[in-house]
Amino acid sequence: MSWTGKVLRVDLTAGRVASEPLNAEWAQAYLGQRGLATKYLVAETVPGCDPLGPDNKMIFTTGPLTGTMASTGGRYSVVTKGPLTGCVACSNSGGFLGQELKNAGWDMIIFEGRSPAPVYLYVENEQATLMPAEEIWGQSVWKTDAWLHRRHQDPLLRVAAVGRATETGCLYAGVINDLHRAAGRSGVGTVMASKNLKAVAVRGTLGVGNIKDPARFMTAVNAAKQVLAGNAVTGQGLPAYGTQVLMNVINEIGALPTRNTREVQFEGAPRISGEAMHEPRPSDGKPNLTTNAGCFACTIACGRISTVDRGHFTVKNKPEYWGNSGGLEYEAAWALGADTGVDDLDALTFANFLCNEDGFDPISFGATVAAAMELYGRGVLSVEQTGGVPFDFGSSVALTKAAEWVATGAGFGRELGLGSRRLCEKYGHPELSMTVKSQEFPAYDPRGIQGMGLAYATSNRGACHLRGYTVASEVLGIPEKTDPLTTEGKPALVKAFQDATAAVDSSGLCVFTTFAWTLEDIAPQIDAACEGEWTPERLVELGERIWNLERDYNLRAGIGAEQDTLPERLLREAAPTGPAKGKVVGLAQMLPEYYRLRGWSADGVPTPETRARLGLA
Amino acid sequence: MYRALSIDPGKCTGCLQCELACSYEHTGRFNPAKSLIRVFTFHSEGRFVPYTCTQCTEAWCMQTCPVDAIAINTGTGAKEVLESVCVGCKVCTIACPFGTINYEQTTGKVVKCDLCGGDPACARACPTEAITFVDADQTGYEKMRHWAATTDAAASA
Repeated sequence: MSWTGKVLRVDLTAGRVASEPLNAEWAQAYLGQRGLATKYLVAETVPGCDPLGPDNKMIFTTGPLTGTMASTGGRYSVVTKGPLTGCVACSNSGGFLGQELKNAGWDMIIFEGRSPAPVYLYVENEQATLMPAEEIWGQSVWKTDAWLHRRHQDPLLRVAAVGRATETGCLYAGVINDLHRAAGRSGVGTVMASKNLKAVAVRGTLGVGNIKDPARFMTAVNAAKQVLAGNAVTGQGLPAYGTQVLMNVINEIGALPTRNTREVQFEGAPRISGEAMHEPRPSDGKPNLTTNAGCFACTIACGRISTVDRGHFTVKNKPEYWGNSGGLEYEAAWALGADTGVDDLDALTFANFLCNEDGFDPISFGATVAAAMELYGRGVLSVEQTGGVPFDFGSSVALTKAAEWVATGAGFGRELGLGSRRLCEKYGHPELSMTVKSQEFPAYDPRGIQGMGLAYATSNRGACHLRGYTVASEVLGIPEKTDPLTTEGKPALVKAFQDATAAVDSSGLCVFTTFAWTLEDIAPQIDAACEGEWTPERLVELGERIWNLERDYNLRAGIGAEQDTLPERLLREAAPTGPAKGKVVGLAQMLPEYYRLRGWSADGVPTPETRARLGLA
Repeated sequence: MYRALSIDPGKCTGCLQCELACSYEHTGRFNPAKSLIRVFTFHSEGRFVPYTCTQCTEAWCMQTCPVDAIAINTGTGAKEVLESVCVGCKVCTIACPFGTINYEQTTGKVVKCDLCGGDPACARACPTEAITFVDADQTGYEKMRHWAATTDAAASA
């Protein structure tokens, strides 16, 4: 229960849709969303398949609490094999699309094959239809969204779509839903476009019921909401400043990767921070931030709704960008700002708008621009090669031009769209790519937060902060404070975060709740809603099972321990300033212990005992 | 003393907890599509506005109903639809200037906000107090307080 028990299978090659029952046994072992869809992907695809070929599958998946009144219970994920990394990719998004899918009666949609012509999927409760999308192919996400609302004369339709970046080969394109929420990382949108699938438009009016014990569920949900409201991070910091509450904090502890990670502190950080978004602009007296916004059912509401100054060079005479839209989150502000050395808040907000409008990941994009800037600064790239625009660190013109080029696949944008690993290799400097498993790492320099070094190196989808956010412990003291500069105890910490996060990502809830919630708060909500007995211990084990399942898929795809590493810069060049001055990442001190704690061999392979313990075939 | 729903759009984050609570209260399912309070998103303006029945004194829905299927709950002041009487003619949906009474296909009746019998679920669920349930004679109180706070006591003496 709480699952709808129905899977929509869409054969794009044949143009057929069919309903099938959810595998209830797998739901007990993998819960939903990230875990359950990964189980389907592993069972149904060959790990060595071409991520952009018809043999890859792409799954839109909800969790059992998606669509319920549990705070943040509106999440969905897109699970597939990622083209940027070649690893299993799982990108999680909020907004309203996930709950709409659940309200239409579906736990997940499995897309397979490739449509011979551009199509979109229209779902109205039990009815699902593939419809022609020629008219919107080559259009932005925002135009596609408007077109679909007009086409179906339905303002309540929820839309997820891919933009032009996706269609022109950008390898880090995302799926954008509700105009500015993103299943953003690892190129899941690129996979969607490769299937000739432009959009998924959903209208659900059936409601989400099937709660095992409704009275107990409401009690657990209300108690958990009180915990969020009373917590300083989820009750105050995130609503007021969003994730951007971190910009100044991370800069001060010397862990803000700056100018392609050559430095660890950015002198412009205060100007692009959450606090700066509240400051009135000299031009019109308005702040960058208009309001905060909640995703479906979310009582935290960390979302940013912002404007760009109408007089700013990026939007002059472009009234289509004068309104409000999704503003800067911390990771985007870092990648577009500190990592490129640009401290112009309006330029960052505009670039962020373009990332949403045409569907590409601001983290990978910003970090790739940063790498291009370093190549340019070293004379490896000439101004002719960078589209006639000098790619100096700090250039807001270069940043925003690059965003326009990647959005449309124009000129140098094609090369930037390949990501920093491919760009840097092409120009003979692979060491300048700040990636793990070809995915750009985000806004935490692990020389100043050692646990994040191990988290990046071992993340199953390539470098990522959301697979094991030890920043919570090492910087914020959640659940308890650990020293960010030491490697001691970090393997166990990383493993604990990775396993718990995998469980949360499978529930339909947002991982940001875990600034306040532990599994002790989450398990009672799942237990009251879902068939079976759900304890914190069971969720930890389930998380570990998911982690090993993902690892196993990557191993069979040919990505093993040799890629559990970090860019040389982090391992050899010491942090130049701040509290971490003189430090490199002590990965070698952490990795063997991590493998041991995971029950893996010295070369990073789950042992037969571990597999048996977790019930992995 | 009657109480009334008081809505402050400036505090709304668009999370739809009110819609979830309303639909759960009235249908037993989490189903925003069946909510009697709706949150409107004005994306370009960056505004979220919850909207529902104001419980008009001379309620046009009630006055226009040919079968007297809408009645005042004397305990709460709410205008309630009597399901057993409603014939689904939809005249009330035309009469209501605000669109807050609507026809429900599954039952063949109309539905509107009934203040949950005096303890509205939407107000209880709202995490930001954008929706509150206050003295019906004092719905302007918080607005008055806001302006009162801006007066300069020293200069006004």
